[in-house]
Amino acid sequence: MTEQAAAEKGLAVSDEVMIDIRNMHKWYGQFHVLKDINITVKKGERIVVCGPSGSGKSTMIRCINRLEEHQKGQIIVQGVELTSDLKQIEAIRREVGMVFQHFNLFPHLTVLENCALAPIWVRKMPRAEAEEIGMKYLERVKIPEQAKKYPGQLSGGQQQRVAIARSLCMSPNVMLFDEPTSALDPEMIKEVLDTMIELAEEGMTMIVVTHEMGFAKTVANRVIFMDEGQIIEEEEPETFFEHPKNDRTKLFLSQILAH
Amino acid sequence: MNTDSTPLPKVPKKSVWNNPKFRSLFFQAIVLAATVAFGISIFHNTSVNLETRGIATGFDFLSTTAGFGIIQHFIPYTEESTYGATFLVGLINTIVVSALGIILATILGVIVGIARLSKNWLIAKLAAVYIEIFRNIPLLLQIFFWYFVVLRNLPSPRQSVTFVGGFFLNNRGIYSPSPVTHDGFSYIVWAVILAFVLIFFIKRWADKRQEATGQQFHTFYVSLVILVILPLLAAVATGFPLTWDKPALSGFNFKGGMVIIPEFAALLLSLVIYTASFMAETVRAGIESVAHGQTEAAYALGLRPNSTLRLVILPQALRVIIPPMTSEFLNLTKNSSLATAIAYPDLVAVFAGTTLNQTGQAIEIIAMTMAVYLSISLLISAVMNWYNASVALVER
Amino acid sequence: MNTKSYAIGQIPDMVPPIASVGFIGWFRKNLFSSWVNSVLTLFSLWLLYLTIPPMIDWMLVNANFSGTTKQDCTNTGACWPFVSSHIDQFFYGFYPQAERWRVDITILLLIGLMIPLFIKKFPYKGITAAVALFIYPVVAFFLLVGGSFGLPVVETSLWGGFSLTLVISVVGIVTSLPIGIVLALGRRSNMPTIRSICTVFIELWRGVPLITVLFMSSVMLPLFLPEGVNFDKLLRALIGVSLFAAAYMAEVVRGGLQAIPKGQFEGAMSLGLSYWKTMSFIILPQALKYVIPSIVSTFIGLFKDTTLVLIIGLFDFLGIVQTASTDPKWLGMAVEGYVFTALVYGVFCFAMSQYSQAIERKLDTGHKKR
Ligand SMILES: Nc1ncnc2c1ncn2[C@@H]1O[C@H](COP(=O)(O)OP(=O)(O)OP(=O)(O)O)[C@@H](O)[C@H]1O
Ligand SMILES: [Mg+2]
Repeated sequence: MTEQAAAEKGLAVSDEVMIDIRNMHKWYGQFHVLKDINITVKKGERIVVCGPSGSGKSTMIRCINRLEEHQKGQIIVQGVELTSDLKQIEAIRREVGMVFQHFNLFPHLTVLENCALAPIWVRKMPRAEAEEIGMKYLERVKIPEQAKKYPGQLSGGQQQRVAIARSLCMSPNVMLFDEPTSALDPEMIKEVLDTMIELAEEGMTMIVVTHEMGFAKTVANRVIFMDEGQIIEEEEPETFFEHPKNDRTKLFLSQILAH
Repeated sequence: MNTDSTPLPKVPKKSVWNNPKFRSLFFQAIVLAATVAFGISIFHNTSVNLETRGIATGFDFLSTTAGFGIIQHFIPYTEESTYGATFLVGLINTIVVSALGIILATILGVIVGIARLSKNWLIAKLAAVYIEIFRNIPLLLQIFFWYFVVLRNLPSPRQSVTFVGGFFLNNRGIYSPSPVTHDGFSYIVWAVILAFVLIFFIKRWADKRQEATGQQFHTFYVSLVILVILPLLAAVATGFPLTWDKPALSGFNFKGGMVIIPEFAALLLSLVIYTASFMAETVRAGIESVAHGQTEAAYALGLRPNSTLRLVILPQALRVIIPPMTSEFLNLTKNSSLATAIAYPDLVAVFAGTTLNQTGQAIEIIAMTMAVYLSISLLISAVMNWYNASVALVER
Repeated sequence: MNTKSYAIGQIPDMVPPIASVGFIGWFRKNLFSSWVNSVLTLFSLWLLYLTIPPMIDWMLVNANFSGTTKQDCTNTGACWPFVSSHIDQFFYGFYPQAERWRVDITILLLIGLMIPLFIKKFPYKGITAAVALFIYPVVAFFLLVGGSFGLPVVETSLWGGFSLTLVISVVGIVTSLPIGIVLALGRRSNMPTIRSICTVFIELWRGVPLITVLFMSSVMLPLFLPEGVNFDKLLRALIGVSLFAAAYMAEVVRGGLQAIPKGQFEGAMSLGLSYWKTMSFIILPQALKYVIPSIVSTFIGLFKDTTLVLIIGLFDFLGIVQTASTDPKWLGMAVEGYVFTALVYGVFCFAMSQYSQAIERKLDTGHKKR
């Protein structure tokens, strides 16, 4: 995909706000992990989050579906504020898909069962229909022939694609990716990135934590750079890579692009 | 082996010795010969010893009269019964206390194990203290404590602790009313059976409907209602054909009703408490063995905590929990033989104890006793191996 | 919204909101996070209130600590003089008063040999362990039994109490280790005869309760021996306990052997080492180190199981306490005796299990580093 194409994609962004994070803080005990985070994500936007290890990227996106609890500020997903209300948390989790670094597939279920589990028990679908949806998305990620296998029998790249399909089966409005390719061998990274690019082309709203700068350049509308729990820079990809403002960003980019 | 008689003229001796096949065979032959020789010498010594002591071997003693009573028997047994009957009574008593113990210990163990992982600090700490205390004190000491200190020190039957509904607690045991059935009771039994059949079909129907339409059905509550209503209706229709025979004090002891003897209560209580402390650790380890990412992935998909537990955590944890749990079942069964220390009439107490002392048939009796425990062990292991093979995770 | 504004990337660390940390935060998070949890917390507190104060009352507040007879116990609580006036008996059994120094020395030697194993930096651990395993038992035997070096013989029927418990469990573990290793190697051998004999032996002992093994060694063993040969009661029990423990030890060692990667065998074999050399210099040291925690657990189990010897008429620690509590001069003191015994066993077993868990954690990190 060319940059031009990416810019075209930018047009697909609507004005509808999907995620709104306002003055969010989080502490682990006394340790201040996230400091005054402000992000607005519109429908159809693709945000890439990067930053050094330990800067709080994972913690930040895990707050969005309440795998972590924030202590100050607001997180509003599709107009619903995240509080400790269990019903609301469940409602939000249904609409927000998440893909993990280590796939986290359920090893005791087949690939298809992994995909159908949530539609059956959360969306209360008939099994046949859920499996149909499962197959549809397995085809989308190009591994329908693995449907009857167990996760332990697949390669890392295949597992990650199953994990993406599993999330898509819930037809989420937003997808969160936490370093989806960093546990993979180089030859498998591409197959996963290709799947993600396709997803982006279809207009999925995505927040992606990744160090794949090529992906950021071609797909992202905005790149967010975090360090020490704070957002240091938030720019369009061209500006971010060509003219970074902050010294920390420059240092980070020089390190990451060096190898 | 006849290695000496085989001439090996061409090959130097050294190379035969260095031939691994030959060495292996030679070594095995020696061990086998030693084992057989050992067995024969024991057999010889034993038969000489038995002869000098005038003990006849064989199982004839099983059909002679035992001449002693047993305080708890689930099959008819009197002093006139044979040693064979003694064996059976002991075996049944062992099985009863083990089976009940396994059920109760599993329930308690699972509760304590889950409590150990509770987010509630106090509950988690209490569970930890329970585990550390009860698994570090010898079982026999716990049995003695419950038997000699708690149950034996209860008041005499005349001063029984009385509970509502005809329950009495005293140093002769726990007395409770026993059910007496009258005409028409069989209808109630049939109603219960019918209820179970109905529940079975409702469950099948609900599962099918869930598969087909996704709608879920509160099978559990409906089953509960059916299980109560049907027998109740039958009871009303037949005019409550069940009365209770309440125990009543007559002379120095209670007559009527049912009694749980203190030996049984003490043994069961200590077996349950002791084994549950080990099971709790097993359950905790099993649940902890499921990676945290599994819970997170399930939550991220929108599954509720209880669905996550049922669909994701437990199926994985059970694979880890079942094998050590099996050995706890076996341990409990074997430990039930400590009954003999407080004279609960289990297999070891009445058969390997009293019967052996009276007949002197040590070999036969010990062999039979060991064979019983061995068969139970092998049976349970076989079932569990089969289960394990059927749930093993498929790996690349 | 924010009242203060900071330069980009310059937000200082702030303290968390008071409700999420500190005392209140801790209480909210750990005890009262939901109404179910609150109910559980209150229920546990109520249970603790019901059990702990009466226990402390009985054991300490209202207990009797001084005196030499039952009549000295005038308070309503525990009568500890029962324990203090029997303490020698609890420890030495009926071992003659004049010879008890021999027991003391035996135990002090054991402690002396054990201490270095707990010191991280101690350089001669291997030698110490070898002495403890091979030389110490001989010395202990001559000290306790006597009959040579001018020491009078002390019949084993006089042995008893905690020292007997130690003798049985230490002998059990020390003899079971070599037998267990041989059995484990046999069970993994590729010679079918050896493998079957070892497997049958192991499964036979593991399938039956210790009580039947003890019965067997006390009533059947005499029948097995040639006429005229006779073992004393303690020796028979020791044989039973050792064989029983060996079967469990064999499975522990087998677990360790299975954890050793196949490459280790192949590597050693390819160096031209023989089977026995491979095993004793390469495989077993690694396997045994790996299963130290399980060996300690086996020892804990054995230590608790020694109480069963009282059923065949030996006076171990629990047996002697049981006997003392039927002493007509001290009737009704069983609770004190049991509580004391439970405390001793509890402390010993708890300490050992903590030790084994510590080793386990150490081994774990060792693995992760690789
Ligand atoms: N459960 C926790 N308890 C305490 N501190 C934590 C916890 N989880 C993370 N942290 C700390 O919070 C900080 C941010 O962690 P986070 O995982 O969000 O970093 P990250 O930016 O995702 O790093 P990486 O690129 O290595 O994944 C780190 O310093 C980490 O040590
Ligand atoms: Mg991370």
